[in-house]
Amino acid sequence: MKSRSRDLLSCTLRSPDSVTRFSMGEWDLLVRQARSAGLLARVRHVLARHQLTEAIPAVARWHFDAAATLAAKQQLAVRWEVDKIRTALKGLAFPFILLKGSAYVMANLPAASGRLFNDIDILVPRAQLGAVEAALMLAGWHPTLLSDYDQRYYRRWMHEIPPLQHAVRATVIDVHHAILPDTARYHPDSATLRHRAVAVADMPGVQVLATEDRILHSATHVFHDGELPHGLRDLTDLDLLLRDAAANPDFWLRLTTRANELQLGRSLFYALRYLRYFLDTPIPDSAMAALERDKPNRLTLALMDRIFTRVLAPDHASCADRFTPAGLAAFVRAHWLRMPVHLLIPHLLHKAFVSPYQRNEKPA
Amino acid sequence: MKLLQLSPSDLRHQLAGNGVWLRTGPFSLRIRSCLPRVAEGLTELYGQFEVRSAHQAFADFHVELNPPSRLRRWFRPQVNFSFDGAQPFKPLPLDQAYPMLEWGLNWCVSMHAHHYLIIHAAVVEKNGLAAILPAPPGSGKSTLTAGLVLSGWRLLSDELTLIDRRTGLLHALPRPVSLKNQSIDVIRQFNPEAFINRVSHDTSKGSVAHMRPPRDSVLRQHEPARPGWVIFPKWEAGAETRLTPRSRAETFMFLAQNAFNYSHLGADGFRVGTTLIDHAHCYDFRYSALSEAVTAFDRLAERRAV
Repeated sequence: MKSRSRDLLSCTLRSPDSVTRFSMGEWDLLVRQARSAGLLARVRHVLARHQLTEAIPAVARWHFDAAATLAAKQQLAVRWEVDKIRTALKGLAFPFILLKGSAYVMANLPAASGRLFNDIDILVPRAQLGAVEAALMLAGWHPTLLSDYDQRYYRRWMHEIPPLQHAVRATVIDVHHAILPDTARYHPDSATLRHRAVAVADMPGVQVLATEDRILHSATHVFHDGELPHGLRDLTDLDLLLRDAAANPDFWLRLTTRANELQLGRSLFYALRYLRYFLDTPIPDSAMAALERDKPNRLTLALMDRIFTRVLAPDHASCADRFTPAGLAAFVRAHWLRMPVHLLIPHLLHKAFVSPYQRNEKPA
Repeated sequence: MKLLQLSPSDLRHQLAGNGVWLRTGPFSLRIRSCLPRVAEGLTELYGQFEVRSAHQAFADFHVELNPPSRLRRWFRPQVNFSFDGAQPFKPLPLDQAYPMLEWGLNWCVSMHAHHYLIIHAAVVEKNGLAAILPAPPGSGKSTLTAGLVLSGWRLLSDELTLIDRRTGLLHALPRPVSLKNQSIDVIRQFNPEAFINRVSHDTSKGSVAHMRPPRDSVLRQHEPARPGWVIFPKWEAGAETRLTPRSRAETFMFLAQNAFNYSHLGADGFRVGTTLIDHAHCYDFRYSALSEAVTAFDRLAERRAV
């Protein structure tokens, strides 16, 4: 693995000063890579933080401003939506936990800056899934159109129920009962995550994960969950979460210790390795040393490097190279980690040969 | 350099290779396509627009129109619109390649240009004041727009009203005017000099063709206009030409609902929209004869000019 990634977007995020030397061709490429990675608004935020807004040429500036407008509106919408979910679940006797983007917004973390959203993820106790789904359906959220196979797959094997979409606002909620599927090699006990969750100010009944758990979940999500189209965006989230949390002097020790407790050391190892590679996140060597036990063998690591240095790069033609099956490899790997092989093989065969030819009947 | 200064074979080669950089109003495009119909459409309709070599220039939108696969080249050939590698639409029959370019470009602007409040409406200008013509499809909006710009009004846009959020001024995007079904013949009769390109049949909107924007509108595309009127046209067989004032509040609500990005702009969308309405006179407009309609618009313009 080379020491640092070379795509223009990661280079810009690592050393924002480099934009002062950009040609018009490079600005063109930066806007395109940032847009396809969902990071236009975040790049603008980074440039503003480094007093580099003036360096953006006039012709390119509106792309960043328009993305910032959209990000600001989405954050407002997330706050509104969280309040609606809270109202819908008020009658239930337990709090729900916000995960990922919506948690960053509600906890006012730097990782919310310039972030775009697809859906809202919440975590609830498994035993209460039925009650939660019923309450949300009463408030207007309905299961999205999925084939029968997908429905069964979600409900039988996954750590979440099929996405629910609001009938009027079209917003989507993913309801999780764990951060990894039951079928995964490692599945941390959700009760211990809930036990350490933190209340959101002025929002009774709404919680977010504790700092270390939030970071471990974010890492798991990238490296365990096969969520790759947003790979670089999720890495920049992690970068911001880590820089913020590292202000606490014993943070790194707490993080690696907690990773061991939850059996998520391997995910954290990969996250920190590729954070250094793409974003030059300041990670102490002591933290890497503490994860030495979780480091895979040399052959596996070489393979993972080949896969992740490519699939986490912006999904843009300018970043494509000869090793295009890397995306497929990462998909297979993520599934490998979440399902035992006797479930995995039939699932992948179904996805490859049956799903593409099935047509979902849609209402007119 | 203007597009008409490129020889057709140069244009075709550039489109099939690195692409052609083209400026339309506030936006720059890089277009690539190996399809002769796309080259033909651009030659016929975009002659007055500025082009550059695509190499090393900044472009707002990178678009491509090409057949989806080699196999389909012979069997019911199709065309795909790509926006920087992504395909926002299903492929269409090859015959619709040119309209697909125009629809795709409208999509590019309405999905991204949130530095404007963008309303789904035509805009034309006279004496510095602009008339915004919002209307549901089938109301004769495009026919009226084409008739007005062939009679001395300046074309700002036939589909996208771009309101600058900082200044409240309307920005011009004078791309070709889309004509549907009967309106193609109505405009041919109204002004036989008007250039209308080949008709694509059986599209989702029926038969579609595009009219070349007037030269003057293209030359003045960087000149913004102040909002003057919001007028809801309605073509009705045999109707007398008639302007009826309508309420500002109701008009504002209609504009907000017919904006592409009103909700994205939050409170600023409300501010920009209401400021516009405060400066505009609002009317309903019924007509059946295009020449009478043009006269009625000219009279409106004279009254505000005094």
